[in-house]
Amino acid sequence: MKNISKTTKSNCITFGIVILAYIIAEALIQTGHMSSLMEGIMVPLCVYVIAAVSLNLIVGVLGELSLGHAGFMCVGAFSSAFFSKCMMTSSMPEGLRFFLALLISAATAAVFGILIGIPVLRLKGDYLAIVTLAFGEIIKNVLNAFYVGLDSAGFHFSMKDAIALDMEAGGTIIINGAQGITGTPRSSTFTIGIILILITLFVVLNLMNSRDGRAIMAIRDNRIAAESIGINITKYKLMAFTISAALAGTAGALYAHNLSTLTASPNNFGYNQSIMILVFVVLGGIGNIRGSVIAAVVLTLLPELLRFLNDYRMLIYAIVLIALMIFNWSPKCIAFRERHSLKDLLKGKKNTKEV
Amino acid sequence: MSFISYLISGISLGSVYAIIALGYTMVYGIARMLNFAHGDIIMVGAFVAFTVSSTLGMNAALGVVAAIVVCTVLGLTVERVAYKPLRQAPSLAVLITAIGVSYLLQNLALLIFGANPKSFTSVVPVPALKLAGGQLTISGVTIVTIVVSIIVVVVLSLFVKKTRAGRAMQAVSEDRGAAQLMGINVNGTIALTFAIGSALAAVAGVLLCSAYPTLTPYIGSMPGIKAFVAAVFGGIGSIPGAMIGGILLGVIENLSKAYISSQLSDAIVFAVLILVLLIRPTGIFGKPLNEKV
Repeated sequence: MKNISKTTKSNCITFGIVILAYIIAEALIQTGHMSSLMEGIMVPLCVYVIAAVSLNLIVGVLGELSLGHAGFMCVGAFSSAFFSKCMMTSSMPEGLRFFLALLISAATAAVFGILIGIPVLRLKGDYLAIVTLAFGEIIKNVLNAFYVGLDSAGFHFSMKDAIALDMEAGGTIIINGAQGITGTPRSSTFTIGIILILITLFVVLNLMNSRDGRAIMAIRDNRIAAESIGINITKYKLMAFTISAALAGTAGALYAHNLSTLTASPNNFGYNQSIMILVFVVLGGIGNIRGSVIAAVVLTLLPELLRFLNDYRMLIYAIVLIALMIFNWSPKCIAFRERHSLKDLLKGKKNTKEV
Repeated sequence: MSFISYLISGISLGSVYAIIALGYTMVYGIARMLNFAHGDIIMVGAFVAFTVSSTLGMNAALGVVAAIVVCTVLGLTVERVAYKPLRQAPSLAVLITAIGVSYLLQNLALLIFGANPKSFTSVVPVPALKLAGGQLTISGVTIVTIVVSIIVVVVLSLFVKKTRAGRAMQAVSEDRGAAQLMGINVNGTIALTFAIGSALAAVAGVLLCSAYPTLTPYIGSMPGIKAFVAAVFGGIGSIPGAMIGGILLGVIENLSKAYISSQLSDAIVFAVLILVLLIRPTGIFGKPLNEKV
């Protein structure tokens, strides 16, 4: 066991934490110690963990700022819910249907990842951030004005309203514009969520530890140097965007199959949602996958745990956010932490370092 | 005739975007940060003007002045408390702090004023203008908005080019370290920029709510994002760029609402932005970035 590398060990700890958390949560649910409110947020919790880990691939590993991650989730959610809705009348078993829906969501989101990856190759920094934000808003907006119906003559599409679909009697409207998709089967469970988290972690951690992942990190650290040693920038940037989008798509599918009504409202898939996922990534530590998992869990639970504060909870959340950032990055706070670090206190050693 | 009327209301909406975008662009140019809380300062400005003129029943002009003063103080406070300690921090950390400030302002407003929309009475006393034998009506708010935005841009350009403080701003945005070595008070200059940006946001808030009279704690966020888009459109950091970008954005938005689809107008605006950035990656007036090895 001695020749296990440091990365493998660290990855095992990450997997261990997730599995342990699952066992504890599942035990609490089975023994009835968890309130129904908490039980209800277990699947969204998995959704946010997957979204945060996949966003960390773009922000932390590739080093580009993306404000449109909810857009990828939205694509995944709608494509999978569309599939499930169409297949509901067929005799396909539920497990297989959900599995196929997840694959479809990943594939569709990956296609969009490539589409958005193209401008990425030309833009940098804040300009890229605004393009990803614009992309997310476009998706949300278009889906809000998108109508699809199904009858014996096949699919009908419209961008105007449900009447313009010109459907036969007995046809069903699948996507009804701003009303979205109603009656999606609720196939998502906490266990499936955890399995998806483990798959996401497996993909991302293995990617980071592979030749491709190191190439992506080399681009982040110094693009020109990476290019000069023959790393294909286009290929690796697109690769990071596509994988991240596909994973976010599955998160979206999980999200969609947890709701009976799926709408592309600003609360579900607006830029606020993208920003919230970004907050998880930044607070967990940019490029730190385990940090993303923990931050997503803590920050999703925090508003729920603060529920007793009623109207004040989002206020407290905002203050915690600002305070954490200042504590983490302000030069004065950094100096303070260095002088009074916890490790030194535990060792009983007096820090003699003068600043 | 209807085309001209859509065009004019587009220019008016665009002028509001332009005023907000000016604040965005100046702050970005100097502090190199995306101030996501800028949109919420607009909201605060509108609420202050509403409180003073409607709830307290005072003069509307007083309401506008109060909004400007409160927003300026608020902008300075936010800069001092939340952004100044993070001058050396990575830009993402500052971005998240700005988002935190944005949540804070929204939720404070929610606590104080509640979630029910308030109806804002226009503070503009100018009567509507009838042209072409009554076929074309231009509302007073539209005229005032366009005039105010022109005045703001001219004054701001002169301020930045001609005054000592304005030149200090240019120097700080060019090279912060060198400016400091030349004896420019960098912190003071950044604070001044925030003050000007926030005062502009207050003006924009009053104008926006005079044209669209529903007041909620979230009214600032979408115009804030649109203004950010406008600033990027014109090339972030450039004052004429923000003006042109804002007006273009307003016109595109209004015309697509009128002729294509009201639901898709935002999507069209954002799609145009992506196209512009694909052709000119630093915006219309942006300076191309030179890469050094």
